[in-house]
Amino acid sequence: MKKLLYKMPESLSGKEFTYCPGCHHGIVHRLIAEVIDELGIREKTLVVAPIGCSVFAYQFFNMDGTIAAHGRAPAVATGMKRARPDLYVFTYQGDGDLAAIGTAEIMHAANRGEKVTTIFINNAIYGMTGGQMAPTTLLGMKTTTTPYGRDAQKDGYPMHMCEFLKEAKGVAYLARTKVTTPQDVEKTKKAIKKAFLAQVKGIGFGLVEVLSTCPTNWGMDPISAMKWLEENMIPEYPLGVFIDKVGDEK
Amino acid sequence: MEKVMVKGTEAIGEAAIRAGCRHFFGYPITPQSELPEYMSKRLPEVDGVFLQTESEVATVNMLYGAACTGTRVMTSTSSPGFSLMMEGVSYMACAQLPAVFVNVVRGGPGLGDIQPAQGDYWQATKGGGHGDYKLIVLAPATVQEAVDLTVLAFDLADKYRTPTLILADGLLGQMMEPVEFPEFRDLSTLPDHSSWAMTGAKGRKPHIITSFDIDPYILEKMNLELVKKYREIEKNEVRWEEFKTEDADIVITAFGTVARIAKSVVEMARKDGLKVGLFRPITVWPFPYEPLKKLAEKVDLFFDVEMNMGQMLEDVKLAIGGEKPVAFYSRMGGVVPTPNEIYEALKKEFGRRE
Repeated sequence: MKKLLYKMPESLSGKEFTYCPGCHHGIVHRLIAEVIDELGIREKTLVVAPIGCSVFAYQFFNMDGTIAAHGRAPAVATGMKRARPDLYVFTYQGDGDLAAIGTAEIMHAANRGEKVTTIFINNAIYGMTGGQMAPTTLLGMKTTTTPYGRDAQKDGYPMHMCEFLKEAKGVAYLARTKVTTPQDVEKTKKAIKKAFLAQVKGIGFGLVEVLSTCPTNWGMDPISAMKWLEENMIPEYPLGVFIDKVGDEK
Repeated sequence: MEKVMVKGTEAIGEAAIRAGCRHFFGYPITPQSELPEYMSKRLPEVDGVFLQTESEVATVNMLYGAACTGTRVMTSTSSPGFSLMMEGVSYMACAQLPAVFVNVVRGGPGLGDIQPAQGDYWQATKGGGHGDYKLIVLAPATVQEAVDLTVLAFDLADKYRTPTLILADGLLGQMMEPVEFPEFRDLSTLPDHSSWAMTGAKGRKPHIITSFDIDPYILEKMNLELVKKYREIEKNEVRWEEFKTEDADIVITAFGTVARIAKSVVEMARKDGLKVGLFRPITVWPFPYEPLKKLAEKVDLFFDVEMNMGQMLEDVKLAIGGEKPVAFYSRMGGVVPTPNEIYEALKKEFGRRE
């Protein structure tokens, strides 16, 4: 007997991803789509895309969608959720969008306990604009605007969003993951599911930070980029679950 | 219906609720904080949502989000706050999202002060944010008119799928006057936005709302669609008031609070036997160019009065096209001109030209 093991999630539109080879956006998109399928909420879910490489996210998901101004996705999501509390809303944001220009919006949405979900891609660099320093760029890391390497005295320190957000009382689920191995992909999917369940169950705000590669702007091949992530990003950004008010599914 | 004594800012809030607005996002700023305060008390009574935001930047984006779902939504602010909203307003204009903004204008530029001014005319009528767009801008001169125009602002926003703006000032916001409120709008009779709103893609293709296309030819089409809409608005929605212009030799042009003061000037002049009238744009965009041009055929002198350096003056001159002289009098920085000083300035101007 034949059994279908792998198919395109209904929550993806089927449009071909425009991401570079080795980029992790595609993996995370798929995981979100699988989670939405499993929760059976596609027809009630709204996606808010950011500014950045994933500006086209609204085209890749098979659901109502929009693009927020740079950094403002949590405010847009707040407006949607407050107007339609019966719907589910998620934002998809990169590190420039969420941790630089949009810091105020993410902090306040989280602290208010907005019942929305945020998937935060941290690849330590601005992708779409061509590899400039991000708030999450590592010390010493060379980018097009830190050609001599990021200098703490001049450029400040890498921004730890989960560590800031874990003090916000409105947060119901908060985790940092990566997708460099199949096991990590599974763990990330579980985390994304919980971040959505925090909303579905009406507990509060959910966020998953996914450490990701950017081979193009890091100037590496995809395999070296994953190795670089493991060796350099994990020590700076430890993985883990920071808040879990969702509990385990029975 | 009976008249009630109410403050300008609160009157706008109550009018919005009666127009079917159930969502208000706002950030405190003087001189309009009574409006969010009123909404924070009043909206829960009608199962509405009030949210105090972390900034005006967040506010406009919450409006964007709420408007995406097709609901009536509103905010109010004052000059520096409206500047902060400009990026989002541009996004909303391009994404064709209906919403109502209230700018209770104060003295500027910069931090300015908290007194009444009209220095945001250019920002309101010429764009304000980036890119090619327009807002429908309504400029009330009385508290009753603020009520009526607030209701109209929601209807026009829905009709044309565009953000609209109530351009008020600190004087109108703080003033108390007797007003008659309209009946409560039955929410089930509000315009149907189900053809485009983000309500969940159940049994239909996804609805996508953006102010974006990477293909310049498609973005140009989006631009042309907006232009077509703006031309339509210019054709249908021009509103103005003429007061004693039938036999006038001199016509004062003014909007909002100044127009109200100018009415007293007209009365003073008439008592002295001077044939003075008033032309008051109610929609400052679309500006009433044609009616003003028509008036120029029989008027000897126009006298533009504003609480700014001469912003509407440019539109007045554009309408009149150099056919007749246009004099100008202004106070700035939050100083409100008295009827006497305007009248004296008018007489001096008239005398100089006789």
